[in-house]
Amino acid sequence: MSYIPISEKDKKEMLERIGVDSVEELFCCIPEPIRFRGKLNLPGPLSEPEILEYFEARARKNSFDRYLSFLGGGAYDHFIPAVVDFLSSRGEFVSPYTPYQPEVSQGTLQVIFEFQTLICQLTGLDIANASLYDGATGAAEAVLMAYRVKNKKRLLVASSLNPQYRQVINAYTKNLGLEVVEIPYDEKGQLDLKGLESAFNAETSVLLCQSPNYFGVIEDLKNLADLAHRHEALLAVVISEPISLGLLEAPGQLGADIVTGEAQSFGIPLSYGGPYLGFMACKKEFVRQLPGRIAGQTVDAEGRRGFVLTLSTREQHIRREKATSNICTNQAHCALRATIYLETLGRVGLKKLAWLNLQKAAYALNRFTSIPGVSRKFGGPVFNEFVLEFPVPWETLSRKLEEKGILGGIALGSDYPGLERCALITVTEKHSREKIDRYAEVLQEVLR
Amino acid sequence: MIKVIREPLIFEISSPGKTALRLPELDVPETKDILAEVPIRQDIEGFPEVSETEVTRHFTRLSQMNYCVDFGFYPLGSCTMKYNPKINEKIACMTAFTSGHPLVPEGLAQGNLELMKTLEKLLCEITGLEAVSLHPAAGAHGELLGMMLIRAYHTACGNPRKYVLIPDSAHGTNPSSAHICGYIVKEIKSNEKGTVSVEDLAREMTEEVAALMLTNPNTLGVFESDICQIADIVHAKGGFVYMDGANLNALAGIARPGDMKVDVLHLNLHKTFSTPHGGGGPGSGPVAVNKTLEPYLPVPVIVEKDGWYYLDYNRPHSIGRIKSFYGHFLVMLKALAYILTLGPEGIREMAEVAVLNSNYIRKSLEGIYHLKYDSPTLHECVFSDKYQKEYGVSNLDISKRLLDYGLHPPTMSFPLIVPGALMIEPTETESRRDLDLFIEAMKAIDREARENPDLLKQAPHLTYVRRLDEVQAARNPILKWEKKE
Repeated sequence: MSYIPISEKDKKEMLERIGVDSVEELFCCIPEPIRFRGKLNLPGPLSEPEILEYFEARARKNSFDRYLSFLGGGAYDHFIPAVVDFLSSRGEFVSPYTPYQPEVSQGTLQVIFEFQTLICQLTGLDIANASLYDGATGAAEAVLMAYRVKNKKRLLVASSLNPQYRQVINAYTKNLGLEVVEIPYDEKGQLDLKGLESAFNAETSVLLCQSPNYFGVIEDLKNLADLAHRHEALLAVVISEPISLGLLEAPGQLGADIVTGEAQSFGIPLSYGGPYLGFMACKKEFVRQLPGRIAGQTVDAEGRRGFVLTLSTREQHIRREKATSNICTNQAHCALRATIYLETLGRVGLKKLAWLNLQKAAYALNRFTSIPGVSRKFGGPVFNEFVLEFPVPWETLSRKLEEKGILGGIALGSDYPGLERCALITVTEKHSREKIDRYAEVLQEVLR
Repeated sequence: MIKVIREPLIFEISSPGKTALRLPELDVPETKDILAEVPIRQDIEGFPEVSETEVTRHFTRLSQMNYCVDFGFYPLGSCTMKYNPKINEKIACMTAFTSGHPLVPEGLAQGNLELMKTLEKLLCEITGLEAVSLHPAAGAHGELLGMMLIRAYHTACGNPRKYVLIPDSAHGTNPSSAHICGYIVKEIKSNEKGTVSVEDLAREMTEEVAALMLTNPNTLGVFESDICQIADIVHAKGGFVYMDGANLNALAGIARPGDMKVDVLHLNLHKTFSTPHGGGGPGSGPVAVNKTLEPYLPVPVIVEKDGWYYLDYNRPHSIGRIKSFYGHFLVMLKALAYILTLGPEGIREMAEVAVLNSNYIRKSLEGIYHLKYDSPTLHECVFSDKYQKEYGVSNLDISKRLLDYGLHPPTMSFPLIVPGALMIEPTETESRRDLDLFIEAMKAIDREARENPDLLKQAPHLTYVRRLDEVQAARNPILKWEKKE
């Protein structure tokens, strides 16, 4: 089965029209020594039932669904309403290309326009793009953007930024001669302000931090924005759990210049890490430096409203090496899912969802820290994630929890020396009281 | 769908208090004053409030304003808009694949890891290269990774080098990717055949050149027949040959980049391997490399040992990470399902019929549309509007008129070496009937260009909206909905 609708009869007649005797002749431009004359060593062909069976057999080798999970740290297990899967799987959304022909792509373009609007509303900023690959590349694009705006080579990056995001920033910046300086955290789990003040100098473009940060702690963005602006630098804020924006003040309102992050929480399944959804928003004055596609409103020849991709003089297909980013294909279909998700929840739903996350995490934190030997590592305010410290190394403890059917949290020791007895624990609306209590009981039992 | 119905923005049909989702009530005791010291938002200004019926109708109506592969012929050159098999979508929706957190212990995700490793191996076989990284999110991301690997190698040898050579026919992402990896781009002129001028290359190739980025077949659909000589010139000065695999649909099972002395290439799973484009992503752009570059691949690398799969982070030469986690897992599943469905003969037949279909269109339109380069072409062919220009009709007008015929136009924005380009890539999944419909429409449009050019300049006439004013959109950017005061 090759999904080929050309019959042998068609083929013969087509070859006749082309004026060759065989398909082979059409490949005569490839020199013989580099022709592949063997048979590819591939399995198949498999029939449709066999394909299904093949994947079902591999699916059975996954056993994570038998565990109660409290993993988060940049990938979150939230409830996905049925309309998201149903509507997003329509062929009219799944099978078009990037909307280069706006007259027959108004569906995709209007969705992008609505997505940009929703991101602006949530972040409190003026302009948002159509998407980026994920939160990690968003963070890297944010520091590169700040560098283009300020043209200064020193970048301050919070060490409480997701370690994977920091690795991506390093990979993206190390070839450009940029200096990345890591800013430590204090005992509350927030940026260490004393260290930060002295890290700024005249060559600093940006301070980039995450909030809630990798420890789940909410940063004092207002203060950080004032500090950055006092040093003529930008504040870029990474949001990896955007459900928090249902409750927390919009970073743009607190002075952030760029807000980027990961919107997987908005209706995109965990999917073993991808595809996810990067987003980016900024103040109006930086729009020419924003990477990625942007949809804009215009009119057609009869004066009716319509949408097009716009400001493309920033992009690689026009500017080539002078473009703001090399991004071309982005995450349009994931942005569609997020748009459906957010419009389904709406103002009331998102606020309530954020509140449920906050409350359940607070209950869990309270429940866990009442267990002898278990304490809260950082005192700063949290949303739906927090770091606990245990009397034994987390590596040992997590294995015992796993034996009892619980994936208890994410280890921090390998990324943060000194936190070997700590773990990052995430609680969402999907954790019923019964599940939280079960974790607490098992934890108490294995620590005894 | 009736065209006169206008679909408002969701914000315009919103009214206070509505939601389309009922959430559970809180089942734990409420904790007071949790965020006492944190600024809380009073509202999400302008956020929509609608019912489930309204959401469903909104997106159903929006969907009906889109042209798509499931609807009809979509010959965008270099985009490989082939049919997206439905079984692949079904597999990627299986809960066992959608529900796994990426940081679950490896032992609990052996199925996922096995599938990814299998895809890596099959892509190695198809490309004739030694190792594959599935991390890149899209083609341009793969290009960037390829450049990073090359730079890491040169840096380890003591000099990262300064330049990357790129033919003038290349897609815009090539120079952009080289640039953001810290390289200066030098353009190589195409010769009269539309391929790389070997003399020009030999002149430009020095020991300060890190790599040549080459698309093969190139964006004209022309195979770079001198590829081995080209590779020898680049290798002789210690450079690498990077191949942009966007056009691999012409070669799979026919010739392998590894056998052409290519050192590194990216593939587009959303082109060659049938995964849907989704209106602009997500794609997936795996990178295949030879042994020399393998140590530099991003972490983690999937390793198989005695039937057990694990993620290896201990890679001292690795360039690090280019994205979170391991790549677009669900997209990988679709591509794997596609390769297994086709099998070795099916893969070759895919390329054969893609090339047959393209040549059928080329032959049928030759003489009616101008063909700047008459070299043999593989999976795509690039005409221009030169003949129609005499009547004041441009490639844009021709494309807009095609919309009235219910067809998607070809690519127009490149290659830059063909002014007024019409880059046509039919793919192998089109029937002869659909090819003929396109050919007849193109012929009719040529007649219209001569007889009634205004009809084309005003086109499209039958779409949901008429021609849109892109100049105004850029001059007075309106990039979000705002509440009217």
